[in-house]
Amino acid sequence: MTEGLPDDLEAVIGLEIHVQLSTETKMFCGCSLSFGDPPNTHTCPVCLAHPGVLPVPNRRAIEYAIQIALALGCEVAPRSIFHRKNYFYPDNPKAYQISQYDVPLASAGELANVRIHRAHLEEDAAKMVHIGESGRIQGSSGSLVDFNRAGTPLVEIVTEPDIRSASEAREWGQLLRETVRQLGVSDVNMEEGSLRCDANVSIRPRGSSELGTKTELKNMNSFRFLEKGITAELDRQAGLVASGERVVQETLHFDPGTGALHPLRSKEEAHDYRYLPEPDLVPLAPDSAMLEEARKSLPELPEAKAKRYRDELGIPEAPAELLSVRAELAGFLEAMLAAEPDLEPRVAANWLTGEFAAELRRKGDPDLSEVPVEAAALASLASMAQAKKISHGTAKDLLTRMVDDGIDPVAVVTEEDLGQLSDSSELEAIVEKVVEENPGPAEEVQAGNEKAIGALVGAVMKETGGRADGGEVNRILRQALGLG
Amino acid sequence: MAGEPLGMLSACATGEAIGSGELDGAECLAFWAERAGDETLNAYLWTGPDDGGQRIAGAPVAVKDIFCTEGLPTTAGSRILDGYAPPFDATAVTRLRAAGLPVLGKTNMDEFAMGSSNENSAYGPVLNPWDRTRVPGGSSGGSAAAVAAGAAPWALGTDTGGSIRQPAALCGIVGLKPTYGAVSRFGMIAFASSLDQCGTFGHSVADAAELLSVVEGLDPRDSTSTGIPGGLSRPTASDLEGITVGVPRNFLEVGVEQGVADRFAEALKTVERLGGTIRDIELPHAELGISAYYVIAPAEASTNLSRYDGVRYGLRVPADDLVEMYERTRGEGFGPEVKRRIMLGTYALSSGYYDQYYGTAQKVRTLIVRDFEAAFSEVDLIATPTTPGVAFELGAKTSDPWSMYLNDLFTVPMSLAGIPAISIPAGLAAPPEGGPQLPVGLQLAAPAFAEQALIESAHALEAAIGFDERPEGGGDS
Repeated sequence: MTEGLPDDLEAVIGLEIHVQLSTETKMFCGCSLSFGDPPNTHTCPVCLAHPGVLPVPNRRAIEYAIQIALALGCEVAPRSIFHRKNYFYPDNPKAYQISQYDVPLASAGELANVRIHRAHLEEDAAKMVHIGESGRIQGSSGSLVDFNRAGTPLVEIVTEPDIRSASEAREWGQLLRETVRQLGVSDVNMEEGSLRCDANVSIRPRGSSELGTKTELKNMNSFRFLEKGITAELDRQAGLVASGERVVQETLHFDPGTGALHPLRSKEEAHDYRYLPEPDLVPLAPDSAMLEEARKSLPELPEAKAKRYRDELGIPEAPAELLSVRAELAGFLEAMLAAEPDLEPRVAANWLTGEFAAELRRKGDPDLSEVPVEAAALASLASMAQAKKISHGTAKDLLTRMVDDGIDPVAVVTEEDLGQLSDSSELEAIVEKVVEENPGPAEEVQAGNEKAIGALVGAVMKETGGRADGGEVNRILRQALGLG
Repeated sequence: MAGEPLGMLSACATGEAIGSGELDGAECLAFWAERAGDETLNAYLWTGPDDGGQRIAGAPVAVKDIFCTEGLPTTAGSRILDGYAPPFDATAVTRLRAAGLPVLGKTNMDEFAMGSSNENSAYGPVLNPWDRTRVPGGSSGGSAAAVAAGAAPWALGTDTGGSIRQPAALCGIVGLKPTYGAVSRFGMIAFASSLDQCGTFGHSVADAAELLSVVEGLDPRDSTSTGIPGGLSRPTASDLEGITVGVPRNFLEVGVEQGVADRFAEALKTVERLGGTIRDIELPHAELGISAYYVIAPAEASTNLSRYDGVRYGLRVPADDLVEMYERTRGEGFGPEVKRRIMLGTYALSSGYYDQYYGTAQKVRTLIVRDFEAAFSEVDLIATPTTPGVAFELGAKTSDPWSMYLNDLFTVPMSLAGIPAISIPAGLAAPPEGGPQLPVGLQLAAPAFAEQALIESAHALEAAIGFDERPEGGGDS
């Protein structure tokens, strides 16, 4: 169940995710987006908020936002409104952020049983660097502002409080990230900040439908930290309740170094944003062609893909889910099945997510394009194993050589005569020889220690050069030893 | 040009004379630059001219200092932008340059266009060329005074609640505010974004319309711009046959000076003499316009002016921490009227008060829009005096904001409705306290984008009224 919470308490978690869109240019001006370029090299009078400038919405950003909305099953508002969210801070050059407020672009969606409250378009703030030891503004000797990021298009996604544990929050966040990644509308890189996730966390008596007082957790720049932060906060809240205290609504800043949560000073969050409909922009009213275009451009998304793999292809749950969130591997699977029509999807998926994935990890998880293995070759290998033309062990060895040297498994099987021993009389002869040569283990097995059969299996495999099928060896050995 | 002195030549005729080669563009510019440089009304904050080696195809333009001009000082009449020179031109200025019309200078104005007397400029008030003890009106007072005094052939201004029409009336010239969206707002320093609109000043309806035709047009950099569909052509009407002019009598009952009422009554008679029909109409919510305006405009201003924070450009007053830097910069950079409106607007938008103030004001605005729609189903144009009174004395209303705000009583409803309106001189009248005769303005308003109809009728009336007075001495005194 939920981590550390007593059984009579339930976690109630909602997420707020900011996704930076990977458009060519900023949300309201023509400056190109950048990450890591020298400070203030992607700026213009508009994103520096010079007097008299006006915002012009980025059409591509709107298209991307609509794709996200549709991918999350949201309703797209026929006319959504941009608002000004007013606050003074040097990272906010106009002293208002153009966002959406009472009529967002998208609402009422759902992804993997978590309801989406809303998704809206807005612009990112500039980046501030505080000079001094803490890296925060308090106690710094000065602050610098880099406006390269100012005006980067953002989609903010807000869930309903439907998540019930820290691990579920992590898993759901990962699914959302993959969903957005596969749309191709964002880099979704949490370390670089192109995906940012805040969590609203509260607890309540299990079975209650009321919401407890929530706290807002910020600055968790990986989903692992998200899980860690939520776990810590749930513990803290449960501790407060256990000692008869009350949870106070506040914003907490997660310190990835220590894993601790620090309250932000109340002054920093005491904002009255004085929302105002943005008079410089007309309502955002996507026409039917734009919506249709966005709908057509949607790829098969992880949630649907996992379902299809399970229900239509008979792939077990775990590999189906893994493949659904790794688009590259899923593409490989589809290519394998196309190359070998008789290959069972279940077998192909197991090879991909099992041995092949392990080989990739051994290589440091390179891009598939950097690995000299074609989908067709992997399909041939899996097919040979499926048809028991080669043993599992042989197949594994071949896979290693494929990944290392790009060998053609079919050719190597022929050249090196690696075909599986299919003649059971030949295998029986080898078994007989092994039993004779290893009287010790044979007697142990016969005396009732069935585990000792392992040594005999190993010896047979060695004798056959790994070409024998393990199950078959076992069967014949047990027969020879009179275990039936 | 027929030997007419250059200063008396209309701006349109000047352009034609340059076009035909009768007049040298550079000579023309030099003449006006000297006039602009010599004026003593404090009408200009900067004079150039800025010919930049460009083709000169017409009379140079005095540009209100609210328009960004690349590399040239642009202050919006505020200390907070002292020394600021924008790295870009406003679209209206770009269009002037493209048409071969040089920027003659930048004209003084009420700070961030907030005012009706030009006394709110951080750089001192502009004087009325008809009587230097009186205000020229505002906020585009510098532009109006410069044209009236012969220190500019024509000028650009902006009108948020009357800031072109009111100073045009008080200075005895033509001021034209087009439909909201007709001219791009890009590079026009924002006061109240949903109301601000660029417009023009001239000695004649034809000049004002000609300059508007140069600057109007859809601009991809302003999402709210539309241009004037079909553009504008030079007005030619000489009568008002078939034109019905509505007069909102009830709205005009309060506080109009006798002299203004007399000139207005005469103007209506002139309408009838020209074949037009006068019909009484109702604008039931127009009198609420000022109240709605003084919620909506400050609300928008409070957020528009937040960017002047001392971080990126303009004035910065150093301090030990961020909040203090903000407070000192804005405290020293803004004048009292701007601060008053920022506070009003901040309050009106604050949590818990939004519906009560901003929400209600927007509803009133919608009712005013409907009033005009209903009226224009019966009449072609609506006529009012532009202002309740003639130019008042400097300092007369500075201690009473509400009486100052009432100057815009008749001009604000058109701004709230976003419809075009023009002020033309209707004659002279003495102020109630006595003194020299001062100009009176007649305002005509038309449905959205009916600029052509508006200027045709205004042109016909202008000829019939035959106002040809100029202030004595003007800018040369």
